[in-house]
Amino acid sequence: MTAVAAPALPKRRSLYPGWFYAPAAAVYSVLFLAPTLASLYFSLTRWTLFDATFIGFDNFAQFFREPFLVQGLVNTVIYAVVTSGLKVVVGMLLALMLTSEIIARGYLRSVIFFPVLVSTVGVGITFTVLMHPTQGMINQTLAFLGMAGPGWLVDPRLALFSVALVDVWKGVGLATVIYIAGLVAIPRDYYEAARIDGATKLQNFFYVTLPLSRPATATVITLSFIGGLRTFDLIWAMTKGGPGFASDTIASVIYKQYQAGFYGLSTAGNVVLFILIAVLVVPLTMFLNRKQGHE
Amino acid sequence: MTKTKLFALMGASTLGLMISANAVSAQQSGYLSFLIDNGPQSVAVAEAWVAAYTEKNPDVTIDIEVRPGGGEGDNIVKTRLATGAMADVFFYNSGSLFQAINPTQNLLPVTNEPWQEGVQESFKSVVSAGGEVYGTPFAPAMGGGIFYNRGIYEELGLEIPTTWEEFMANNEKIKAAGKTAVIQTYGETWTSQLFVLADFYNVLAAEPDFAEKFTANEAKFATSPAALRGFEKLQEVYEAGYLNADFGAATYPDGLRMVATGEGAHYPMLTFGIGAIAETLPDNLDDVGFFAQPGDSADSNGLTTWMPDSVYIAKSTSSPDLAKDFVGFIGSPEGCDIRNEAVGATGPYMIAGCELPSDVPPAVSDMLPYFQEGGNNAPALEFLSPVKGPALEQITVEVGSGIRSAADGAALYDEDVRKQAQQLGLAGW
Amino acid sequence: MKRSRASIIGGSAAIAATFVVFVIPFLFIILMAFKDRQQSALRDFSWPTGFHLWDNVFEVVRTRNWMMITAFVNSSIITVASVTLLIVFAAMVGFVLARRKTRFNGLIEFLILAGLMIPPAVVPTIWLLQGLKLFGTLHGMILIQVAYNLPFSIILYRAFIATIPRELDEAAVIDGARPFDVFFRVVLPLLWPVTVTNIVVQSVGIFNDFTNPLYYLPGNQNATVQLTLYNFQSQFSTAYNLLFTNILLITIPPLIVFMFFNRQIVAGMTAGAVKG
Repeated sequence: MTAVAAPALPKRRSLYPGWFYAPAAAVYSVLFLAPTLASLYFSLTRWTLFDATFIGFDNFAQFFREPFLVQGLVNTVIYAVVTSGLKVVVGMLLALMLTSEIIARGYLRSVIFFPVLVSTVGVGITFTVLMHPTQGMINQTLAFLGMAGPGWLVDPRLALFSVALVDVWKGVGLATVIYIAGLVAIPRDYYEAARIDGATKLQNFFYVTLPLSRPATATVITLSFIGGLRTFDLIWAMTKGGPGFASDTIASVIYKQYQAGFYGLSTAGNVVLFILIAVLVVPLTMFLNRKQGHE
Repeated sequence: MTKTKLFALMGASTLGLMISANAVSAQQSGYLSFLIDNGPQSVAVAEAWVAAYTEKNPDVTIDIEVRPGGGEGDNIVKTRLATGAMADVFFYNSGSLFQAINPTQNLLPVTNEPWQEGVQESFKSVVSAGGEVYGTPFAPAMGGGIFYNRGIYEELGLEIPTTWEEFMANNEKIKAAGKTAVIQTYGETWTSQLFVLADFYNVLAAEPDFAEKFTANEAKFATSPAALRGFEKLQEVYEAGYLNADFGAATYPDGLRMVATGEGAHYPMLTFGIGAIAETLPDNLDDVGFFAQPGDSADSNGLTTWMPDSVYIAKSTSSPDLAKDFVGFIGSPEGCDIRNEAVGATGPYMIAGCELPSDVPPAVSDMLPYFQEGGNNAPALEFLSPVKGPALEQITVEVGSGIRSAADGAALYDEDVRKQAQQLGLAGW
Repeated sequence: MKRSRASIIGGSAAIAATFVVFVIPFLFIILMAFKDRQQSALRDFSWPTGFHLWDNVFEVVRTRNWMMITAFVNSSIITVASVTLLIVFAAMVGFVLARRKTRFNGLIEFLILAGLMIPPAVVPTIWLLQGLKLFGTLHGMILIQVAYNLPFSIILYRAFIATIPRELDEAAVIDGARPFDVFFRVVLPLLWPVTVTNIVVQSVGIFNDFTNPLYYLPGNQNATVQLTLYNFQSQFSTAYNLLFTNILLITIPPLIVFMFFNRQIVAGMTAGAVKG
């Protein structure tokens, strides 16, 4: 605002006309915002799709009585933290590797990025077959090496983490690409200055690379953390929340309520998930952005 | 065996010719969409029906649409009905799930259609709402019980168990012989419910009014000792170590293959599995037998039965007459014969004039005595009560894999059931 | 140019590790697609005993009355149309949002974040689409994809536009160009690198989406590629060769996009970095 207002020609403002928002706003508000707002009402009803009876906050009370919701809540947070954490660490390491003068860079970049482009359902089916406790290739290989492989998707303690690993396998390429963009954008002068100051490689990383790639980190964390909290496709393709309820996340709990025809209850679950995301993500992005502002 | 089958086929086609000769006068024309679930059995039989019907009525086009089964399929059916986008004719469950799709508002009644005369009253009662009949049987009746491998029984000299104790004793011997005694396939969670659902004959034997009380919120799985037994049985087979090593990941086709080829001895399942065995492992069909899930006393040994799924006509159809004619064709003896040809015979039909071929597989002939006059059978709970909790299959996976105890699982299921009852707006919840 | 022995050793180790982790699963899919039914039932990593790929492909494509063909046509229409709209709409928003600071910016940022965060309310959306006569239609599906994916595209554009010097568009306006022309003639071409990223990420996401078509596109004539895989999953539950042939078939379009755009993604990102 300040920069634009200074020379003060009215024509200048219209360089960025407000109506540029219009087409996006129209589609977005009709097909996304309106149903979302409507869901606030329907979450307070017992809804059979045929008619909706207003029942106040009963659905929310019910939702918190649901014995698996607490488990689902914890699972959701674990899943989001594990996947986004691994994507940040592994994505950063891979990006460092791919921006260094390593051989076969093109091949490595392609191979790491390609899973991002593949169908989630297809990946889910493939890994379900690979992770089969007795017939799967992973455990057959382990058995060949003389190790007893775990029940990746059937052990209730492991199932959630197995799915999370597949999620990282599929998604780390995007994080890597974002980081590569971030790393390449760091002006050479900084490294030049650091070199003159006699910085070691490690110091280079902690004092130049890490702080200056914070915008990339913010993007990776925000996208993968929210993605992790909302994740549904992969869990549904691989375990459907099982065994039992061991890998249920809120999104899959909501979906099951929806499947069961508890439309009001499921919509209430949407609202609960929304609140959870808001409570976790808003402070997180504020934190990331404030740090960014300090640079 | 092939010869008898051939005769049965010839008989069927002659009958078909005779009926079609009668029907020529009323040739139909137009377009229908026909929504079915994606099970191979459903697809095969639907394709056979459509082929036969359109051959008789060349001016009719019938488009088969396929949806997933299970909960996702339920959801699609409900959504499409509610939005008026349902196929003209569709295939769906009878009993409690039928009640949940709001039949009086969404479906076309067929109470007085001519083919309904041949349909058994016991079936009509599970596809009726508000005094009207809406459904026509899509398949034969089924039993829920235990498939067993006849080879293993012969080899180890085992008797068909009539009590749970005998069943467990058999399991012990099978395990001692180094074989898998009980097959479970939690890779497809719905298969985990069988020990609980198929125990309902035994529940009713102990508490004849359980279903009414259950619907009225007066009886609970956790507090009724007879009803709790189903969960306990599931826990017992797990704790005794009778299950196949990959029970957590194995799928329904795996389970059928195991019991048919003798990789395992017992597989609790609905008898529609016979059709799938006949299709995928025809050579092993004769190795599979069937018995009802045993109760605690040999005096009350009987079969829990399932009414077949049904064909319905959506009220939104633009060609109701053609739809009725097609459904009537499915619900005729000719329709049954086409079914026998396409997927084989899997149980007794609910339609007068529908015959089973003379050479039914052993698993079917094992089941038939329970259905005959004086036979011991009782309908599954879902046909006596509209209340069925959606999370049962997850809970039975937990109990069946030792994650949760039988008592906890039953209590959790009671909680799950309450939601369904409230959603249906039942009194007393 | 030759940096050190360490980079060669490290590179070789990286090649080996990524081969095991990232390449073998794809080789597994390919091998399975070449096998016959019996061999594929073993689900092991073995060389096919015969060449069955064409049989498998034909079997998969032919299933359900050539449904794969319909599915590929529908998925292509949805993907191309919605990505085109997304690019234009999101670039316009990203441009104005990055350049013009008003008190509404906070609200707009909030709505974008909300769009990334809030899971779509499926039933109310169906109810609304029904009212608009868009339920079960391809154009309804296209608009849904635009609505759901706008926030991500806008974020990509806004971030990229922030790296382009403002002097460029200001120079253009001094020449007397109208904002519309400035945008389409000067700004949008400058955004090409991020547009490529957008095209790749969004078209793949939309092509691979299966939950939304499952609900908003009922009916055979509307089948999409992912729905077809999903439907075939139980139909092919004992035929792993067909299941994996299906997975292989639907992996080909993303592979083509990838091979076609890979260089441009990398070049685009490097170019953006140089400008920044």
